[in-house]
Amino acid sequence: MKEDTNFWQRLRRITIKDMMSWTVIPVLMIIVSVLVYNRLLLTIEPGSMEANMLGSYEIGFKRVGDAITEHLRLILVSTSLAIAVAVPAGILITRQGFRDFSGLILGVANVGQSVPSIAILAVFMGILGIGFKTAVFALWLYALLPIVRNTAIGIEEVDPNVIEAATGMGMTSRQILLQIELPLSFPVMFAGMRTAAVINVGTAALGAFIGAGGLGTFIIAGIPLMRDSLILVGAILTAIMAILVDFILGKIQDRLVVPTASA
Amino acid sequence: MIKFENVTKIYPGMSSPAVDNLSFTVPTGEICTIVGPSGCGKTTAMKLVNRLIDATDGAIHVLDERDEMSNVLEMDPIQLRRSIGYIIQQIGLFPHRTILENIGTVPQLLDWDEARIRHRAEELVTMMNMPVDFLERYPHELSGGQRQRIGVARGMATDPPVMLMDEPFGAIDPINRNILQNEFLRLQQEIKKTILFVTHDIDEAIKMGDKICILNVGGLLEQYDSPANILAYPANEFVEDFVGADRALKRLNLVRVEEVMNSRPPLLQATQDVKQAVGFMTEKKIRFAYVVDAAQTLKGYVRVKDLKGKTGWVEEYLEPAATSIQLTTNLKDALSEMLVVDYANVCVVDGQNRVRGLIDTKMIHESVIESNAVAEGEEV
Ligand SMILES: Nc1ncnc2c1ncn2[C@@H]1O[C@H](COP(=O)(O)OP(=O)(O)OP(=O)(O)O)[C@@H](O)[C@H]1O
Ligand SMILES: [Mg+2]
Repeated sequence: MKEDTNFWQRLRRITIKDMMSWTVIPVLMIIVSVLVYNRLLLTIEPGSMEANMLGSYEIGFKRVGDAITEHLRLILVSTSLAIAVAVPAGILITRQGFRDFSGLILGVANVGQSVPSIAILAVFMGILGIGFKTAVFALWLYALLPIVRNTAIGIEEVDPNVIEAATGMGMTSRQILLQIELPLSFPVMFAGMRTAAVINVGTAALGAFIGAGGLGTFIIAGIPLMRDSLILVGAILTAIMAILVDFILGKIQDRLVVPTASA
Repeated sequence: MIKFENVTKIYPGMSSPAVDNLSFTVPTGEICTIVGPSGCGKTTAMKLVNRLIDATDGAIHVLDERDEMSNVLEMDPIQLRRSIGYIIQQIGLFPHRTILENIGTVPQLLDWDEARIRHRAEELVTMMNMPVDFLERYPHELSGGQRQRIGVARGMATDPPVMLMDEPFGAIDPINRNILQNEFLRLQQEIKKTILFVTHDIDEAIKMGDKICILNVGGLLEQYDSPANILAYPANEFVEDFVGADRALKRLNLVRVEEVMNSRPPLLQATQDVKQAVGFMTEKKIRFAYVVDAAQTLKGYVRVKDLKGKTGWVEEYLEPAATSIQLTTNLKDALSEMLVVDYANVCVVDGQNRVRGLIDTKMIHESVIESNAVAEGEEV
């Protein structure tokens, strides 16, 4: 009975507007990408200076594909590593004994966040050398704050009455964390991961400066040659990727909403 | 049984206690209401029992599963809390869990199997007058009153002998609160739990409590006694003020209709001859009489002036009765009902609508005068 009503309610809720919101952005992005590819990239002559700047192999579909893969790899690796560290850290600063310091820790992290990414890259290039690892490290550093912050906020926002009821019924603090606090704070936590990933898409474009590849490669090749088309390829594709990552994660986030009407 | 022995709680950094040298005993199977002005330490006192707060001094003993009194401070807090029902005003249902999972919280902690949890949850929602398919819902899909009921059901899930209830009906409108109070009192007659019931409402304290514990600011015990005694002999001015100037009227809450009614009222049978009925009423000097059938079920009433000079059967002249009162109704509700329908006397019926007696305003009046006389007589 209940399944039924839910099913129909859900079906009815999928309106034309919904279908548009799910498809318009991706379709638009694909169209722009194709335009960029045809108008900007294909105008580069093989064997020309621009082509050489971009690397030894041919300009074209494969080069763009490689850059996208490199870019995604940077984001995926750095964001996953950030999640692995930031979630436990976020949990930790909400525990008794650390609560008093959580403001301080978040403050320091906030200051860290405001250091320009290019400076971070430059500093760590000296320590870690150039290449993928340094880029991942810098991106990882940037992704930490939003995830730590949202994890802590998500947990702190859990209705204290719910926690009190759980404690009063004899749940251990571990059970409360795993069964109550984490599930209830996950949507907020996830929003932090989404922010981190989207920021990283943009920041990763700088990775090319230290030889980590990615979509920034086009920009870097375009600047000395003063070839706007190359710079545009890099910039537009990066923007498209940021929009798409945000869009997809946003759709997932919508699914995560917990019934929060005060209970 | 719950026993407080010289219990004091001073919060860290506070100079004065929140609960001050508190001693009282709640007998097994009784409800003790803790009442007092805001901030007087009611919640603190209650939380000392399941050790959400630990006492600074003194001891609290509860009757454990082996029927022995044990000091809560010597018990493992987690085990202790699982063995005591806990219900709070804000309910604190888990919004991400279904009603079934919510009710099943403590059973699940105690490793009950799924079938047993479901069976118990079904039993409880039925007990709370709710359909079983509510179990599949989420808390936000219920009304405030329904959530409150689920909160109570969750606290009773493992049938704990001792329960702590902090303003359990505080967050709902007066009408629903009244319904929930009555439901709970009826339930308590069967389940006979030992309950600490915190409220700031003296009327609720009087209605729900077998004993009332009146606290003053600073966690001082002003009086611990039965509602009747507190209303009749307030220990001091504070209690007198707290229970209110209308304490004589409040005592009407404590007396049930069946205690003062006329249990052998003059009744007519529906199949009686009219002439005979008129004779009966003249003899009894009454102007009207209630009419029942062979099974004593209330059918209505007849007036003597309608029957005079008529022939036939009583049932031909029946007028429907506008109201009837249940045996367990208290005098205050009975009186208010009588004022509403403007009847001098009203039929008292049992659950099957069988007439068991008659009550009029005079009987209520006499009961008030009587208890006043007792109270004053004792005081002198
Ligand atoms: N964690 C705490 N730390 C310090 N003081 C507290 C703490 N909790 C309560 N108090 C103080 O102890 C006193 C008693 O508080 P408590 O919550 O027991 O009152 P209450 O009778 O339940 O009040 P209310 O009717 O408003 O719920 C109050 O003065 C309150 O400010
Ligand atoms: Mg309180």
